[in-house]
Amino acid sequence: MQDLGISILFRGSNFVRLLGGLWVTIRISLLAAGLSVPLGILFGLFLNIRNPAAKVIGRIYLDFIRIMPQLVLLFIVFFGATRAFGWNLSNEFSAVLVFTLWGTAEMGDLVRGALISIPKHQYESAQALGLDTLQTYRYIIIPQTLRRLIPLTINLVTRMIKTTSLVVLIGIVEMMKVGQQIIDANRFEYPTAALWIYGVIFLLYFFTCWPISRFAKWLERKWN
Amino acid sequence: MKRTMIMAAAMAIIASFSVMAEDVPYRTLDEIVESGVVRIGVFSDKAPFGYVDENGEYKGYDVYFADRLAKDLGTEVEYTSLDPASRVEYAATGKVDIVLANFTVTPERAEQVDFALPYMKVALGVVSPDSAVISSVEDLEGKTLIIVKGTTAETYFTQQYPDVKLQKYDAYAEAYNALLDGRGDAFSTDNTEVLAWAQVNPGFTVGIDSLGDLDTIAPAVALGNETLLSWINEEITVLGEENFFHADYEETLAPVYGDAADPESLVVEGGVVE
Repeated sequence: MQDLGISILFRGSNFVRLLGGLWVTIRISLLAAGLSVPLGILFGLFLNIRNPAAKVIGRIYLDFIRIMPQLVLLFIVFFGATRAFGWNLSNEFSAVLVFTLWGTAEMGDLVRGALISIPKHQYESAQALGLDTLQTYRYIIIPQTLRRLIPLTINLVTRMIKTTSLVVLIGIVEMMKVGQQIIDANRFEYPTAALWIYGVIFLLYFFTCWPISRFAKWLERKWN
Repeated sequence: MKRTMIMAAAMAIIASFSVMAEDVPYRTLDEIVESGVVRIGVFSDKAPFGYVDENGEYKGYDVYFADRLAKDLGTEVEYTSLDPASRVEYAATGKVDIVLANFTVTPERAEQVDFALPYMKVALGVVSPDSAVISSVEDLEGKTLIIVKGTTAETYFTQQYPDVKLQKYDAYAEAYNALLDGRGDAFSTDNTEVLAWAQVNPGFTVGIDSLGDLDTIAPAVALGNETLLSWINEEITVLGEENFFHADYEETLAPVYGDAADPESLVVEGGVVE
């Protein structure tokens, strides 16, 4: 009987290993996303401060992180820290650190954009009602900003989940790498395995990101 | 290609860090033995040299050797999955004690890591259809040879045999398809690669299994890790007496290459290349 390539998925512990890889992917990206969102909101507020020094610092950080490919950042943190200071950071710690630095920068810029998109009259009306600056932000500006931020944040989080496949270059075995291992171990017997395995990985990524975007939809509806 | 350039940039940046370098925190032989665990970096998706089987176990020619090193050190072994681009950094920064990831010895790499004695060698191989087997370079006269751009095969034939007509492709898959379609008379690249391919493609034979400059493959450790390096060298010499790497070949490579390959064209015993 002609054996289908999909059968290798259920050989030995292949499928469990793939799920284990997915767990590594989720662990790194959600930890980084969970840190990036609050830090990014703070950074976004910082970017909005009307102080030239703060602007320059914020700009340099943002541009540095945005211009550097994540791969280079991973190498600098993981290997560079060892070379320069003799620090031996674990690879997962380095990955979470890099993705948090990146997420904070991106999130900060989203927050900055959302903040300046609030029309000036909202601030002025709040003032006219006798609210002080803190109250204006607490009751008027931040609730509106958050609503605008939801779709942007979800984009960032799902992008982060998929970008974590880069961590394989600092020796972390996540879902994509497990997939490649399975494909390669069977490349002589089942040359078509790649199609099946990548198909399954596609579905696993989809079912990871889909609930997140459902959740965002629900939030948007609830806050409307 | 873009990724390769990014990697090169990253390497350059990191290398510049070593100007302000502290001592790289590699572990000496005694520290490894004392800790009870040796950390070895291997490939996890390059069958049959280093791969992970369906039960999640590391296997392959490199791993067979790594298991033996751990056994003789009297320690457990902890494998790290490496990619070609991260091998040098992993060894140079001592993040793994030993890199055993089909690491070809080159002068550029030797500036960053210390190589032990070789345990394998690679050269070029030429695969051709059974109906018109190319068994020596002379047979190639007036024929078309398929090669992949940027490989050692391209350099070798361009310099040594400028009369052989070359047909160049960007990717391995295209080159193999060209051979299958009969667009060329033979295909040349690393012998390990063509041997494995011929094994699963009936109707094709590796007529020349060792050609051109011999490259050696050796374990690597952090620069200056003398105690570990000399222990590995001694170990390789001692293992040569029991023909260890031939046993390794039988166990891991023979099932893939079958009769198509001669172990003598791949295996290096006792660190001595003839």
